[in-house]
Amino acid sequence: MAGKLLNLTLKVWRQAGSGQQGKFEEYKLEGVSTESSFLEMLDMLNEQLVEQDKEPVSFDHDCREGICGMCSLFINGRAHGPDRGITTCQLHMRMFNDGDTIVIEPWRSAGFPVIKDLIVDRTAFDRIQHAGGFVSVNTSGNTIDANAIPVEKEKADKAFAAAACIGCGACVATCKNGSAMLFVSAKVSQYALLPQGRVEATRRVLNMVRKMDEEGFGNCTNTGACEVECPKGISLENIARMNREFLFASLSNDIKAE
Amino acid sequence: MSIKLDSRIPEGDIHEKWKNHKDHMRLVAPNNRGKIDVIIIGTGLAGGAAAASLAEMGYNVKAFCYQDSPRRAHSIAAQGGINAAKNYQNDGDSVYRLFYDTIKGGDYRAREANVYRLAEVSGSIIDQCVAQGVPFAREYGGLLDNRSFGGTQVQRTFYAAGQTGQQLLLGAYSAMNRQIGKGRLQMFNRHEMLELVVVDGKARGIIARDLVTGEIQRHSAHAVVIASGGYGNVFFLSTNAMGSNGTSVWKIHKKGAAFANPCFTQIHPTCIPVHGDQQSKLTLMSESLRNDGRIWVPKKKEDAEAVRAGKLKPTDIAEEDRDYYLERRYPAFGNLVPRDVASRAAKERCDAGFGIENNATGEGVYLDFSASFVKYGKEKANELDIHNPSQEEIIKLGKKVVEEKYGNLFTMYEKITGDNPYETPMKIYPAVHYTMGGVWVDYNLMSSIPGCFVTGEANFSDHGANRLGASALMQGLADGYFVLPYTIADYLADDIRTGTISTDTPEFEEAEKQVNERIQHFLTNKGSKTVDYFHKKLGRVMWNKVGMARDAEGLKEAIKEIEEIRKEFWRDVKVPGSDKTINMELEKAGRVADFLELGQLMAIDALNRNESCGGHFRTEYQTEEGETLRDDEQYSYVAAWEYNGEDINQEILHKEDLNYKYIKIAARNYK
Ligand SMILES: Cc1cc2nc3c(=O)[nH]c(=O)nc-3n(C[C@H](O)[C@H](O)[C@H](O)COP(=O)(O)OP(=O)(O)OC[C@H]3O[C@@H](n4cnc5c(N)ncnc54)[C@H](O)[C@@H]3O)c2cc1C
Ligand code: SF4
Ligand code: FES
Repeated sequence: MAGKLLNLTLKVWRQAGSGQQGKFEEYKLEGVSTESSFLEMLDMLNEQLVEQDKEPVSFDHDCREGICGMCSLFINGRAHGPDRGITTCQLHMRMFNDGDTIVIEPWRSAGFPVIKDLIVDRTAFDRIQHAGGFVSVNTSGNTIDANAIPVEKEKADKAFAAAACIGCGACVATCKNGSAMLFVSAKVSQYALLPQGRVEATRRVLNMVRKMDEEGFGNCTNTGACEVECPKGISLENIARMNREFLFASLSNDIKAE
Repeated sequence: MSIKLDSRIPEGDIHEKWKNHKDHMRLVAPNNRGKIDVIIIGTGLAGGAAAASLAEMGYNVKAFCYQDSPRRAHSIAAQGGINAAKNYQNDGDSVYRLFYDTIKGGDYRAREANVYRLAEVSGSIIDQCVAQGVPFAREYGGLLDNRSFGGTQVQRTFYAAGQTGQQLLLGAYSAMNRQIGKGRLQMFNRHEMLELVVVDGKARGIIARDLVTGEIQRHSAHAVVIASGGYGNVFFLSTNAMGSNGTSVWKIHKKGAAFANPCFTQIHPTCIPVHGDQQSKLTLMSESLRNDGRIWVPKKKEDAEAVRAGKLKPTDIAEEDRDYYLERRYPAFGNLVPRDVASRAAKERCDAGFGIENNATGEGVYLDFSASFVKYGKEKANELDIHNPSQEEIIKLGKKVVEEKYGNLFTMYEKITGDNPYETPMKIYPAVHYTMGGVWVDYNLMSSIPGCFVTGEANFSDHGANRLGASALMQGLADGYFVLPYTIADYLADDIRTGTISTDTPEFEEAEKQVNERIQHFLTNKGSKTVDYFHKKLGRVMWNKVGMARDAEGLKEAIKEIEEIRKEFWRDVKVPGSDKTINMELEKAGRVADFLELGQLMAIDALNRNESCGGHFRTEYQTEEGETLRDDEQYSYVAAWEYNGEDINQEILHKEDLNYKYIKIAARNYK
């Protein structure tokens, strides 16, 4: 399975730290197997840089299976690169041609400040969830039997589809407004669809939306770019559902955000 | 210093042990819990569940992870499912049967009392997760669905498509979020624990590095919980996440925690084969695929050769020319034999020259779904009232059913290999996956350092020599939600008057100094080779000589070779950059330094165990049919190693005898 070997030119965003000036650096890389993943290609670049006593390029990654949501990268102007429904770690070099120039940048959005090189700070997503991304149940082991409340399969499947969001932030990065609606709506939907999460749905949506606004994410103008680049196929339907939930919550006077 | 192993297994009948123990352990009253600090290293299922539970109980909890968010812990990657003895399918499951299957699956090298407790609390885990809003798969009637997994004959595995770990971790993470929001739980993302601090013989804190600013920090607590996951990355190529490491467990080992059964590594049978030397990690294809996929290689060597040369496609090979070797050798369990058995059988076929993959070693076998496409297609056609469907229609319908069950795994396979598994069988081969060994703990999950607890994959207790599928998630959550919250109180009851532990003591000073010296060594060493160079070199020795099959000769060589690599590493490693910013080479250097010591201990442990059991296969000890040959007379013990200075060869072996009172030890038979 050796595949073909590619010679590439990489234009990589280098930035020593947050608040510092960044710029593109150009690197040549030879002998990249088409069987390698994009991140393995970056590993090769880094080996080469270290051998030349240069600082390697910092980028986020961990599982390399498309599930942890840690990898990011804007590749040739697209979040997670030129393929649909995948994360950067799932992108393989067979998508590129010998002699290509590849431009590699971090997520760029007010909500995600750059920490170093290609790494950004996505903890705003965590903070939004602290505001309500949970069901208030004690971890006591004394909950009722799991089958005591049947859940319609269609609903469970929809909740699952929403829960599949990996928190990668591609939706925010790709949105011209830097909106976090797709992410937040996926969380809101997951819980709103299940009986277990329904009870506090009103307060949840109010709190999470308020926090999302505070964190400096832009407004959603329904351009749909997020859905296109989302590696997990999170549907715009969730945004519609969140809007309904929010509207309902805003209209009911007895429950307020807190 | 010498370690005394006291497993503290409660007296009484096995069905009563945990209940009695809970009734008699000491408690910390709610108003006193706020006076107690607990540090938790790791936010996977084990650490996340513990952090949420302890914070909710009212302790001051500080949790650490090296990723940017707790949600990214490696538990997120688990695909197949989680076991629980609920008997929802009415197929004869029970707590005893889950206990029995787990002990047998572990080749009688796990601790009976712990495993029984695990089976006992398994049902509550599912209840808890459903209450948290974990969207498990359901049937049309609204009830939970189950499937079967390797090593068992009942359907007890709960799942959420191929993303069970993700959904369970998000459940634990949401419980953590609730506590973080309330200010009871302090989360330290992008922080790495680099030392344990022991004061008067008790674990009292850690030294951590802020991976963004490089700041070295002291954190004190009344107890420290290590939930840092497995150390399979010793092998360089494994299914573990890139950052998975053995640093926490190795650091506490050096401070006095016995390390148990380090040689028991699980090799998972269904991973995507290695493609070449640019490869950084291996990807698992969930074991659940074995429910519907049949494993085979060509019967004729010339066919295998032609396949490897690209001259023959698998679909060109006639049914009668295929060797479904698992079904042939193990008719009762067939493709659902446990992982160690399936892995070795694949290796046996490839070693014999029947491998089908066109890589350097020719290693790979087929996982073929075509029979299931037909089976499910027919069922679906009946369901839809389609009469006399064509073969083509049947297969189309069948593919849809399979897609619904495993779609994301099929997509993942295609993205990585470029082949469409709906059209051609998947290629798979065994890979390093899970470490059954780990820090020795007593029944209360406490290591041999008082106040230092170890949970999840990082400890050793529940899986024996081999882990059955869907049992690691169960163990992580059992430890975190339902065991530790009780047992840690028993220990902490002594600390309600201690007050805050000062970080201004010689012990913290010393630990911090060790950390700084190490970092400075790396940055000023100016050697000539990269960290990965050493890691890959170590990995090759580990895989070839401490991997799926070992013998005394190879192990002795491995011990020497690892020692050599380690010397060369300290002499010649090069780490660019500074310690005042993100420096991933520096992070890796520290982890590889620890792997180099741990790897050596793994080889020593494997050499000590003159038998074959589970994931530990010594070629000298096998039956005529090539099955493992255990020696229960001599080796029915947990090998717990005590650190004894820099020379790893000097580690001291302690033995905890394993007594089986409730299960009759027998040869493992899956025929
Ligand atoms: C691909 C794959 C599929 C799997 N599928 C299944 C399955 O279907 N069913 C099943 O039961 N099991 C499965 N497993 C096994 C199971 O996922 C793991 O054993 C389990 O999730 C481990 O959980 P844990 O909480 O012990 O550790 P992890 O989830 O690995 O968490 C480790 C934590 O420790 C932190 N950490 C580590 N070192 C440090 C340090 N020095 N400082 C600070 N923090 C640190 C990490 O940041 C992380 O938060 C699978 C494993 C893999 C790799
Ligand atoms: S919605 Fe999609 S793109 Fe956005 S964070 Fe979730 S998985 Fe990533
Ligand atoms: S590294 Fe985990 S999703 Fe890419």
